[in-house]
Amino acid sequence: MLESLALLLGLQLLGEVLVQLTDIPVPGPVVGLVLLFLGLCWRGQVAPELATTSQTLLGNLGLLFVPAGTGVMLHARRLGEEGVVIVAVLLASTVATVLVTALVMRGLSPGRVR
Amino acid sequence: MTGELLPEIWRLWVYLEATPLLGLTLTLLAYLLGLWLYQRSGQQPWLNPVAVAILLLVALLILTGTGYPTYFEGAQFIHFLLGPATVALAVPLYGQAGRVRERLLPVLLGLLAGSLTAIVSAVGFTYLLGGSRETLLSMAPKSVTTPVAMGISEAIGGLPSLTAVLVILTGISGGMLAPGLLRRLRADPESTGLALGVASHGIGTARAFQLGEREGAFAGLAMGLNALLTAVLVPLLLGWWG
Repeated sequence: MLESLALLLGLQLLGEVLVQLTDIPVPGPVVGLVLLFLGLCWRGQVAPELATTSQTLLGNLGLLFVPAGTGVMLHARRLGEEGVVIVAVLLASTVATVLVTALVMRGLSPGRVR
Repeated sequence: MTGELLPEIWRLWVYLEATPLLGLTLTLLAYLLGLWLYQRSGQQPWLNPVAVAILLLVALLILTGTGYPTYFEGAQFIHFLLGPATVALAVPLYGQAGRVRERLLPVLLGLLAGSLTAIVSAVGFTYLLGGSRETLLSMAPKSVTTPVAMGISEAIGGLPSLTAVLVILTGISGGMLAPGLLRRLRADPESTGLALGVASHGIGTARAFQLGEREGAFAGLAMGLNALLTAVLVPLLLGWWG
């Protein structure tokens, strides 16, 4: 648990450092993700401990978005004025994105169409 | 009785409010309650645990007159875990690497099409419906995971804290709508995961993991790559659009 947490945090840190040094327009944690992926490919296996820790984090991913989402209270006035527009846009855009992504991927996978 | 009890509880609240313990514990409890309701209701999509937890917390903070910065003092410890959780996405991704390689072209083109659709439809619909300029700019990166979206929003002149809220709302709407839509399309597990991850980042990925390991891994892949892609595409598209 502790070793794998240190590994995840260390790779995130390394990612942040690389972003600062190279100015690539990518967030540090995403660079950390790429580094961990390359490391796993190189080692050829996932240590059971790392598997458990990542399962715990990813299994409760929803919880991690609650603090930022509660920030909705800071925008009460804007949501009062533009709430209908915002909700309409978010719903329409989400439906469009889901449909386009799934249809393009399926359309390009011959033999997979069921 | 209550005349003496209430001031006592209030005094205690004011004391606890000053420590990170309260914000942290309340966030956990609100989410657990949201999860419990979701399970009890037979997993009704509209009872999304993230949405329920946020509504409960906002109601409680408003009722007690507690400011968001005070709350966040404690809740930031949970918020912080988004970073290592993003890195951890490499693990399921590695587990599905063979399947991704098998369908590399459809995955990449689906991702590009979805990413473009998310940005263009968000900005375009806001413009058509007469939303303000700040809302429009804050809307552009809304399909990307919170820390990344806030960075993009700041860079293009949006309001990062508004973007954070739009990101969460996008996630919740995707978690509610996408599984039903994709089932009706008879989408395979890989396409289902990819669509959930592109459209609604981590919340979509959390939902995809509930559907299955394969859905979750593809959603995680989509979420990670969409963060890269959107960071590049948004400034580019807004540059053209002016």
